[in-house]
Amino acid sequence: MDFNDTAEEAKFRKEASDWLSANAEKKEHSRDVYRPAELTGEGGESSALQDAKDWMTKKYEAGWACLHWPKEYGGRDATAIERVIWAQEESKYKVPGGFHEIGQGMAGPTMMLYATEEQKKEYLPPMAKGQEIWCQLFSEPGAGSDLAGIKTKAELDGDTWTINGQKVWTSGAHYSDYAILVTRSDFNAPKHKGLTYFFLDMKSPGIEVRPIRQITGGANFNEVYFTDVKIPDSQRLGEVGDGWKVALTTLMNERLAVGDASGVDFQEIFELTKESDFNGENAISNGGVREKLADWYCEYAGLKYTKMRNISALSRGDTPGPDASITKIVSANKLQDIANFGMDLMDNASIVKSDDKDDIRALFQGSLLGAPLIRIAGGTDEILRNIIAEQVLGMPQDVRVDKTVPFNEIPSGSKN
Amino acid sequence: MNFEFSDDQLVMKEEVRKLFEKEDTVKRNRNILEGEENFDKDLWNKVVEMGLTAVTIPEEHGGIGLGFLELCVVAEEMGRAIAPIPYSSSVYLATTAIINSSNEDVKKEYLPKLAAGEMIGTFAHSEELGTPTSDNAKTTFQTGKLSGEKIAVPDGDIANIFIVSAKCGDNVGLFLVDADSEGVEVSKAECFDGSRSYANVSFKDVDAKVIEDSSSEAIEKLLNQAAVLFAFEQVGGAEASMNMAKEYAMGRYAFGRQIGSFQAIKHKLADMYISLTLARSNCYFGAWALGNDAPELPVAAATARVSATKAFYECSKENIQTHGGMGATWEFDCHLFYRRARLLSANIGGQSLWKDKLVSSIERSNLPQ
Repeated sequence: MDFNDTAEEAKFRKEASDWLSANAEKKEHSRDVYRPAELTGEGGESSALQDAKDWMTKKYEAGWACLHWPKEYGGRDATAIERVIWAQEESKYKVPGGFHEIGQGMAGPTMMLYATEEQKKEYLPPMAKGQEIWCQLFSEPGAGSDLAGIKTKAELDGDTWTINGQKVWTSGAHYSDYAILVTRSDFNAPKHKGLTYFFLDMKSPGIEVRPIRQITGGANFNEVYFTDVKIPDSQRLGEVGDGWKVALTTLMNERLAVGDASGVDFQEIFELTKESDFNGENAISNGGVREKLADWYCEYAGLKYTKMRNISALSRGDTPGPDASITKIVSANKLQDIANFGMDLMDNASIVKSDDKDDIRALFQGSLLGAPLIRIAGGTDEILRNIIAEQVLGMPQDVRVDKTVPFNEIPSGSKN
Repeated sequence: MNFEFSDDQLVMKEEVRKLFEKEDTVKRNRNILEGEENFDKDLWNKVVEMGLTAVTIPEEHGGIGLGFLELCVVAEEMGRAIAPIPYSSSVYLATTAIINSSNEDVKKEYLPKLAAGEMIGTFAHSEELGTPTSDNAKTTFQTGKLSGEKIAVPDGDIANIFIVSAKCGDNVGLFLVDADSEGVEVSKAECFDGSRSYANVSFKDVDAKVIEDSSSEAIEKLLNQAAVLFAFEQVGGAEASMNMAKEYAMGRYAFGRQIGSFQAIKHKLADMYISLTLARSNCYFGAWALGNDAPELPVAAATARVSATKAFYECSKENIQTHGGMGATWEFDCHLFYRRARLLSANIGGQSLWKDKLVSSIERSNLPQ
């Protein structure tokens, strides 16, 4: 058990930190994060998107993008530990991010396993370079947690597939260049057997993207409609009817890519309780407040060290397990509770809306509204608990009435 | 960076687990709970034979000279086994207090006997209802003599020596008293967890040796060290409880199927696993801080303690719930873990105390980074 860098790790850390200090601006404190010059786009992304692309390209050109990918696909062949060291160092700087996770974190690893060598050489380096953004066309109005229940139809004619249907909750579809897509190619096969997986150009004719306004007021999610969209068979990943298996690869990587819920955490509530007044003294002097702080610190630290244990496992060559599900359940609920309690401490002042990003109220208000989305996106709390019970603890699946019958005989979606 | 126990440490853990499985410690726990003996002497001898009372004691004093990390893996197994022996009192508390001490004479005299298991020690600290802090002791030490009343002393009726907290000038220090000294009176107390023994102990002008009298920090340090070790015991107990619940849920059928296939039960088990995993990870950091005597120890120990206390409580109570009515019978073993969870939550200060300590330590250290 040793938290110190080995000589080799220290050398890597120095190299990373030297490059960062020459190319980015260091944060002065934890809240001193990157802020876009303007927030005018539908999803509030505008200049942030271009800044994030440019920062990724800068990293790519210096060999700091997609660190763990093979060099031939634009990576660095770095070890798991080096990847963590880089993330630790980069987090000390005010740099834009949040647009490349689906491409580099989910589509990339899936392509790595299922695309042809030619396709990997064509698509992966630009993905690493970061000027091209990818999105994930999985969920549908009748298939969210029950993802295998999708109905978007794929029909093959010669070498070309025709896609018709609707996807929903697609983060970033409105600015994406490419997408990964799961469709149903056989409605007579059982649910999990009739799926086929593709990647496609988001500028293909017949794709219509409609933003969904979320409870935060922003619109990062979209509905995506397909009307006779054509995809060449060469862009199929995995066998026809084997799409569920490919989708599971993507989803397993999603749990690693999603990580901690962003927003207020222990640091913010700790600072707030030191600053805010409660019956004439600082809130942190109050016993009830201290109990909550202790609980949140234990969760905060527990996640931090769980992640370090997972990294240790990765560096020993173990594959990432479903254990990572814990991170999202705990961090999203912690986020919601901290945001709610922080606003409670601010009392009536918390009701007055603030759009000033430097105002601590905006941070807590934004987190409170964002938390419900995080508890649902990328696997709901409930689905993740099923995953922990079934895949970690080895408990039996719930009795299923939909696994062996033809898909077109299964009721689905809302009937009210 | 490597955040795991070493292969040697894991082998040691496996050996201890095998011993406890072979000895059926859960059955032994029940025997002590239901019988007249105050601890399982046969199991104690086997633990001594394996060298487990000598783990952290330097070789020059008859020990094996390993570190606290090795003791952490033993502690986890001790918790899983709910072993009915005075191990924590003698090893985590009394032995550690003497190892911390700068009194070489005391080390020379007592450590070899503690290592050999022929002497059992404990820590006499609490004096009244409420939380034992380093500065609330009313027991006093003056010119070699110690006087006061200590309550709920773990294994107080078993121990041959007491490490006693007592006021000494402006400080609260630590002192060593031989149990057979004149003026020591031990009265056995009925214990909430009858697999362990507790006693009230009064000291009237008894001879005492100085372990540490120059500051109150020695007690805080000892409590922090013990907190990490107890947290490992709690994690072991929590995991055993979770596994019992899982086994039962897989083998019990209702409404035509395994109750473990119902989400109401699965989600309960998932929550137990989450609580256990967070506690385990915090314990690992605690082990690192303990093993390296790092400045992070106060925060790391309190974090491990608070989350492990929570995990064992949750896992032991939900284990009973998962078992339904059978879980609440004397016959089933669930309550043995539930009792032990409660005992371990209280023995070096309860949850509220440690939560408060944790926040104070964070305030002092300006954590987190």
